[in-house]
Amino acid sequence: MDLSTTETQTMLRDTLARFLADTYTFDARQKMLASPEGRDPGIWRALSSELGLTCAPFAEEMGGMGGGAIENQIMMEELGKVIAIEPWVQTIVAGGGALKAAGGPLAEATIPAIIAGDCVIAFAYAEPQGRYNLADIGTTAKQDGAGYVLNGHKGVVYAAPWATHLLVTARTGGSRREREGVELFLIDAKAKGISRRDYPTVDGFRASEVYFENVAIPGEALLTGGIDLIEKVVDECTVAICAEATGIGRAMLAQTQDYAGQRKQFGQPISKFQVLQHRMADMLVEAEQIASMALMGTLRLDEPAAARKAAVSMVKAKVARSIKFIGQNAIQTHGGIGITVELAIGHYFKRATMIENQFGSADYHLERFEALTYAA
Amino acid sequence: MNLDFSAEDLAFRDEVRTFIAENYPASLRGKQDEGDELSKEDFLSWHKVLAKKGWVAPAWPVEYGGTGWSQTQRYIWSEETARADCIRLMPFGLAMVGPVIYAFGTPEQKAHFLPRILSGDDWWCQGYSEPGAGSDLASLRTKAVRDGDDYVVNGQKTWTTMAQHADWGFFLVRTDPDAKMQEGISFLLIDMKSPGIQVRPIITLGGEHEVNEVFLDNVRVPVSNRVYEENKGWTCAKFLLAHERVGIAGVASSKRGVEKIKAIAATEMDGDRSLLANPFFKRKVAELEIDLAALEYTELRTLAGMAAGNNPGPESSVLKIKGSEIQQRLTELTLEMAGHYGAPYFRGFGAGDNEHPIGQEWANRAAPTYFNARKTTIYGGSNEIQRNVIAKMVLGL
Repeated sequence: MDLSTTETQTMLRDTLARFLADTYTFDARQKMLASPEGRDPGIWRALSSELGLTCAPFAEEMGGMGGGAIENQIMMEELGKVIAIEPWVQTIVAGGGALKAAGGPLAEATIPAIIAGDCVIAFAYAEPQGRYNLADIGTTAKQDGAGYVLNGHKGVVYAAPWATHLLVTARTGGSRREREGVELFLIDAKAKGISRRDYPTVDGFRASEVYFENVAIPGEALLTGGIDLIEKVVDECTVAICAEATGIGRAMLAQTQDYAGQRKQFGQPISKFQVLQHRMADMLVEAEQIASMALMGTLRLDEPAAARKAAVSMVKAKVARSIKFIGQNAIQTHGGIGITVELAIGHYFKRATMIENQFGSADYHLERFEALTYAA
Repeated sequence: MNLDFSAEDLAFRDEVRTFIAENYPASLRGKQDEGDELSKEDFLSWHKVLAKKGWVAPAWPVEYGGTGWSQTQRYIWSEETARADCIRLMPFGLAMVGPVIYAFGTPEQKAHFLPRILSGDDWWCQGYSEPGAGSDLASLRTKAVRDGDDYVVNGQKTWTTMAQHADWGFFLVRTDPDAKMQEGISFLLIDMKSPGIQVRPIITLGGEHEVNEVFLDNVRVPVSNRVYEENKGWTCAKFLLAHERVGIAGVASSKRGVEKIKAIAATEMDGDRSLLANPFFKRKVAELEIDLAALEYTELRTLAGMAAGNNPGPESSVLKIKGSEIQQRLTELTLEMAGHYGAPYFRGFGAGDNEHPIGQEWANRAAPTYFNARKTTIYGGSNEIQRNVIAKMVLGL
């Protein structure tokens, strides 16, 4: 057993951490959010072409460093520490992951563009009626000659306003909620017939409702693998945001400790009150559980589907509850100032809260875990 | 011992229902349905309807403009207004400074301020917390120095709710810098238009502007605007805090909240079942409803004690703790129901694109409301302070 990271992995972490410490100050992030585009595209450019970090989880023959889930875990944890609004999950984990798994000419053409920072992907998998059921899909992809025609509506597509490509789930056959007939496509985000309604999200991203109206796409846009591939990709995304939660949880605890040490009431720093000491101790316990579960998820992503799904659901169910505990108690310990936009802690709390339900709530994952592992 | 309503009570309930149905401002209802932010005028529209009817301050003694209702009638009133989803009136005048003035004020103060609170002519705010004095309120440092017939006030207050609209504020200020903590504090009524007052907004996580910082720079306040004796303001503050904690349970509005969640969850689909048929979700709603029933009966016992002439003592801390936690859980469940649509942030962009809705309307404010509700365990004496009160005052530890 060896849970240490390689020299290269340590270097990746340090490089990203140093870069983010300089670029992702609280004020800089606030400025990005307030800008018309809602981000600083120069950051993504730097992560990819300048620092070469986007190549970490890709195979060497595609121009990558031969890494995978562990590299994504490392990156997401660091991005979480500064609540970065970079489309790593969408572009690298979802888009890159789907392409790696499906292979073929589209992967060979697209992965180098992802690594170079030229291709930004948004993952359009959710639909308004579907909640977390990945097969509850009304969007259709109808075969038309060698290609397909897309029609439908995808909801809350994070990073869609920034994307050059959309990773879309759609139905080529079967009825709503049937596993058969659901497929994954990578398409040009500017294709004719795509319209968007863009909006900010409470956690600082930009997202869209995306509408497809007779969008003609080539046959090569299909990434073969069906619902099994989609579930694998979503599991990888789920573990990635749990790694992000590791960074966020630890950052919230550090900020809370720091604040409690400075804030004086009744003639002493509030960190001297035992009730708050125990609360922060419990926050640390939960932060460590998150780190452990993110690690477990990362290490078990390559297991056979049923085992992987069960493991990822254990991870997400636990992380959702732990990050909620840390977030709520971080705010409570800060008091009123924690509910304002003036201090960073509130912004961490908002992202932490969105992580709870993203890619499935605690209830959803508990139910999936039980269904997979507890025989009726 | 029973909780049955008498025939008179039932007749009263019908009268209240009819009155609300016929008089609740339609424009206000519309804005609530749309989830719009309410303006000062919106808040005042319902206030003025009630003022005209003489029902704006049920808890006040009749001689000052109260309704003379029994505890049961007041209970019915709060149930019915919550049931009809009426907005909560701003408490700063009606529930806070009003009672302090009629309990401790001079005849002149009563004659001048009480009618204006009832009519809604004066909008009040509360100048208590300071940057360095939150839970430890008695450590406040804003000072008032006597200069002839005036006090000259200097300092800073914070978390001042709706101060941006306020005509008047009631302030705790230090008048004796040498006295021990709680002693040496006085209770002043300050005209918010006085020279030297500056109000700066504090924006909260959902993007709301509810609270403010208030800066006081050589603000002159006539001594005649001090309530009760100099250096005895803490007596008023304690009286007011006990009053604040009773209403803070929020039972009636939380009951309405549970009903709303059940109604939405019954129609919101989760696969091939409704969300309310999802055993995990259903269990959480059921547990919340049970906790709320326990709180309701705790409040009824407190009210019965008050009707028998007992002051709401430290037991009201129980109401504050459980009430605030239940309010927070309601917002948690609503956010959970919203699923993916908890993420879109609506403030300040593109209202009215009906062709391309962003999720269901009830979900639009789910996340900001959840964030905002974190305040309920912090304000009005944080829940940690309430536990201190119970430990010291009830348990004698």
